[in-house]
Amino acid sequence: MPTVTYIEYDGTEHRIEVPVGKTVMQGAVDNNVPGIDADCGGECACATCHVYVDAAWLDKTGLPAPGSQEASMLSFAAVTQPDSRLSCQITVTPDLDGLVVRMPEGQH
Amino acid sequence: MSEAENHVVIAGAGHAGGSAAALLRQMGWTGAITLIGEEPLPPYQRPPLSKAWLKGEADADSLLLRPAAFYAGAAIDLRCGTRVTGIDRAARRVSLSDGATLPYTHLVLALGARPRRIPLAGSTLAGVLELRSAADADELKAALGPGKRLAVIGGGYIGLEAAASARALGAEATVIERESRVLARVACPMLSHFFEAHHRTRGVEILVDAQVESLVGAHGHVIGVRLADGRQVHADAVLVGVGAVANEELAREAGLPCDNGILVDGTARTEDPAIFAIGDCTRRPLPLYGDRLWRLESVPNALEQAKQAAAAICGKPAPSPEVPWFWSDQYDLRLQIVGIPFDAAEIVLRGDMTLDSFALFHLADDGTVLAVEAVNAAQEFMGGRRIVAKRKRLNPAQIRDMSLTMQQLAA
Repeated sequence: MPTVTYIEYDGTEHRIEVPVGKTVMQGAVDNNVPGIDADCGGECACATCHVYVDAAWLDKTGLPAPGSQEASMLSFAAVTQPDSRLSCQITVTPDLDGLVVRMPEGQH
Repeated sequence: MSEAENHVVIAGAGHAGGSAAALLRQMGWTGAITLIGEEPLPPYQRPPLSKAWLKGEADADSLLLRPAAFYAGAAIDLRCGTRVTGIDRAARRVSLSDGATLPYTHLVLALGARPRRIPLAGSTLAGVLELRSAADADELKAALGPGKRLAVIGGGYIGLEAAASARALGAEATVIERESRVLARVACPMLSHFFEAHHRTRGVEILVDAQVESLVGAHGHVIGVRLADGRQVHADAVLVGVGAVANEELAREAGLPCDNGILVDGTARTEDPAIFAIGDCTRRPLPLYGDRLWRLESVPNALEQAKQAAAAICGKPAPSPEVPWFWSDQYDLRLQIVGIPFDAAEIVLRGDMTLDSFALFHLADDGTVLAVEAVNAAQEFMGGRRIVAKRKRLNPAQIRDMSLTMQQLAA
């Protein structure tokens, strides 16, 4: 099962096995990783599951670019950076084994 | 001294209660947590019940807030099919429907709301449905399909989303609304008329200014709705969606102040410092709107108050206030609303309603943006969230000017 590492704003790391087909957001919520609110439950409606994707992963083929809805939402998420993504829009595949995401200071 | 050593009892295992339990663990609570829910399922998401779940596009696992095994793993004692029946505040004990009693150091009331019932002849007929729980949704789903006819009493979010889902399943749908427009309680007239037009285009019949007189049955099953003007709407099932009532009785019986919701402060605390209340069952101050007391029936509110209660119980700083927001999906329309347009003096349209992508900005008389209703306009919604949070003032010309980006407007 692919492993995703979630790094909280304070540096605390969580290495979580996330089943293929689940989203990076669900992996965090299912395991109670702090720092991802996911108000809307994965509908790409709230931008409260914002993460920064580790640079090494940005160009990986396993990680498709944000869709237009996600890009629009992200442009106003809290403290947006070029490596910002909404974790509900990243579906875990075998290629994403080892993915590292960092959480912003807050989601609202 | 209470016999309970650091025991949080959470009464109600919906979105609010389930989240509070998880957040307590996230925030480092090491004491016991008992989560008591009346329904047979672990905490699950209600929003999909009128949308993806009803249309058969979501499976049971995806409905759950967290996997069923999560609770035991996090040392949360989840008791499904049970409810709290009484609170002894002096002894800090609750009694349960199974006869047990539990001591608590902190009690969180997450009792939710229940569908409002209207006293109508025929309301006990088979096929007269409401929509709150997964069981309700399953019953409704079973009544829908090609050739079936659904009548919806009430043109609110639940009713309109159910009508849209019914159409997607091939059923006929009629929405019967007492007011002169749908979404009368929650949206401005322009938005109401936009949604009415869309539903009609999709084949939903919408009757406004329509008073229901009774439900008509045959052999114990509903066959239609009779209106006060004599018309009859034929139906194989009738969904009653006319708002929700806060489940405040338990708090009221325990002597806690209630007034259309259990009254709480900005940290979700009731008058009793050991008792919190969160989610649909509460009426809470809105810091952005002069601490006006309001019932917010929404998932974001349930989560915000769950955070407030968990932080207070764990002795953490209070989380910063959030801007209320709501969403609804109907057909290919995504409605996102941020803020509440109390006492709005003017409504300004940004975008083109005929292109199904626009936003309505509600301004106070000094230009402060109170609320933004956005349809297929994620930038306007997200920018609006920032603008409303800052209590920023805008003038109508700026809002209408599409050459100004939302980034510029929100700056």
